[in-house]
Formats: sequence, C-alpha cells, structure tokens
Amino acid sequence: MSGDTRDWPLYEIFIRARSGLDHKHVGSLHATDARMAIEHARDLYTRRQEGISIWAVRSTDIVASDPADADALFEPARDKIYRHPTFYDIPDEVKTL
Amino acid sequence: MSNTAQRPDAGAPQSAHCRYVLRLADTSLILAQRLGEWVGHAPAIEEDLGLANISLDLLGQARMLLAYAGELERRGRSEDDLAYLREESEYFNVTLVEQPNGDFGQTIVRQFLVDAWLHELHEHLQQSKDARLAEIAARSLKETRYHLRFSAGWMIRLGDGTAASHGRVQAALERLWPFTNELFASDEVDREMAGAGIGPAPAALQAAWSARVAAVLAEATIVMPQAASFPWFGRQGRHSEHLGYVLAEMQSLHRAHPGASW
Repeated sequence: MSGDTRDWPLYEIFIRARSGLDHKHVGSLHATDARMAIEHARDLYTRRQEGISIWAVRSTDIVASDPADADALFEPARDKIYRHPTFYDIPDEVKTL
Repeated sequence: MSNTAQRPDAGAPQSAHCRYVLRLADTSLILAQRLGEWVGHAPAIEEDLGLANISLDLLGQARMLLAYAGELERRGRSEDDLAYLREESEYFNVTLVEQPNGDFGQTIVRQFLVDAWLHELHEHLQQSKDARLAEIAARSLKETRYHLRFSAGWMIRLGDGTAASHGRVQAALERLWPFTNELFASDEVDREMAGAGIGPAPAALQAAWSARVAAVLAEATIVMPQAASFPWFGRQGRHSEHLGYVLAEMQSLHRAHPGASW
C-alpha cells in the first residue's frame, strides 16, 4: 500500500445476516466519511452474501467499559445464580410460563 | 480453453449483431483489466478491495458477453479464444477504457465517466429485442448502479477535497474528456442495431449522461471541459497507443502456455 489511512477515522461495522436477526459486529475499517464506510463495509464484509443490512458507527462514538473495572462491574453477578431462569423449578400446574 | 482457434479472417465476416456485442464485451473486459492493475497498489486496503470488486463485476459481464459474441460469430470461438487470441485491431472497446490508470484520481474520473454511460446503456438495453442481451443488461445494471455510486462518491470527495486532489481530478478530466465523444458517435453497426431494436442509438444516451455528469461535477466543484474532436474510434478497432500494452500483459500467459488453466 502506497498511501496512509491513519488519518481516516475508524468505523465499527455491524451486519444483519437475514431479516429478523440482530445486527452483529463483524469488524472495523477506515473510511473518510459515513458513505464511504458503508461502501467499504459492503466490499469487505458482504461479498460472500453475508448480509442484507449494514450499520456503521464511528469507533470514537462507542462508549466502552474499562477492563480495570471488570471486577466491580461483573464479579458481583457470579454468585447470584438465582438470576438465571433455569434456577427455578416450574410447577407442573403452570402452563403458560 | 481450446487451442483450436481459427484466425479471425476465417469464415464469414462478423455480423453487425456480433460486432455490437463484442464492443460491449471488450469495453467491460479492458476496463476490468485496467482496474486489476490496481490490486496491491491502491491508496488503502479498503479501496484495493473496492476496485478489485468492480473489476471482477466487469469481468463477469465481459464473460457473458464474449460467450454470446462467440455464438453469434459462428466460428466456434470460446470466450477465452476471443479474449486471449485477438489482436489490437480486432478489439472493439471504447477508447476511453484503455487509457492508463494514472493516479487514483485519474482512475476515478475514467471510472465515473464510463459508469455514468454504462448506467444509461444498461437501462436502455434492458428493453432490447434481443432477449439474451436484455437479460445480461438487467443483471449488469445492478452492478453498474453500485459502481456509479462508488465512483461518483469519490469524484465529489476528491474534487471538493484538498487543493491537490481537486487539481488532479480537474486535470484528469481534461485529459480524458475528448474520449467521451466516442461514446455517443454512431456508425453503421449502431444504426443497424438501433433499427432492429437491439441497442439504443448512441446519441440517445447523451442527454441523460450529460445531466448526471454535470450534477456530480457541480457538487465536486469541477469545471466541465470544452468539447473536442477525436481521432480514435476504438469501437471500430482504431485504438490509442495504450491498448497494445494492455493486451500484451493480458494475453502473454495464454500465448506462452496455450490452454493453461487454474
């Protein structure tokens, strides 16, 4: 590559594989603007019929959790297994749950 | 691949119908080959893939058209025979597509001028009385719409970009503009095809093409050059000095190793 894309903003790309499914994160790419991000995403991530819809989000617009906070954020959930629906026995009499 | 291609002078002369399809096929093929030269050299890996995708779309169109031209020709030549074993004067692409890539801006200008023309052409060819051609055009139009979106986007981005990108695009447009005259010029083949309802009269595409080009150039803050005469007529086999080199590279493998395949 003879050029330099370091000045181009990074976009995160989300692809919806089929109607009814969620957009899933597939990767990221550089583009100068939103239109180019969609075109690059089309060329990079849908050339094997991977999807029918593209979302592109400027990476800098994503607010992320800090890995250093992982203990505070995620540890407390570990011993609260009663939050999983499978923790509870469902009485046979209940039909519509 | 077959190694039994006859010389082009064998048998009856090509019909206008065959010649017309060859012109379309060669235009797609040579532009695909030119874009393929960018692989590994584009300004960004994303653009590398973008240009390669467009090249492959055009190559797919060329293959369908060459196979059809081979059938119309009735000399038993396959798409490979036609692509690899014809000489410069037997190629009938428009002269514009054989022009060198230059810098990225010049490649984009060439692509935009051709895409805008192919867009109108494919729209018209969808209504062709030749069902096979109409089918190929309908399929190609979807690809062409994307190509035009890509190249028009870059025209605006570069034209309305920095002083350097603006200057390069303006210079490229002035260099390539004279070659656009050929897109709308008619000869006997065009008149016969228009009369038979197979292809549009070339001049019929000009108003829509000019309007679209003018709109994008305005947004790109690029000035449309003055019309100029043209001494080439690639669609009649009279090419600029560049096509020979394109063919030499494209055909060298097949000529050195006849019938080679993956």
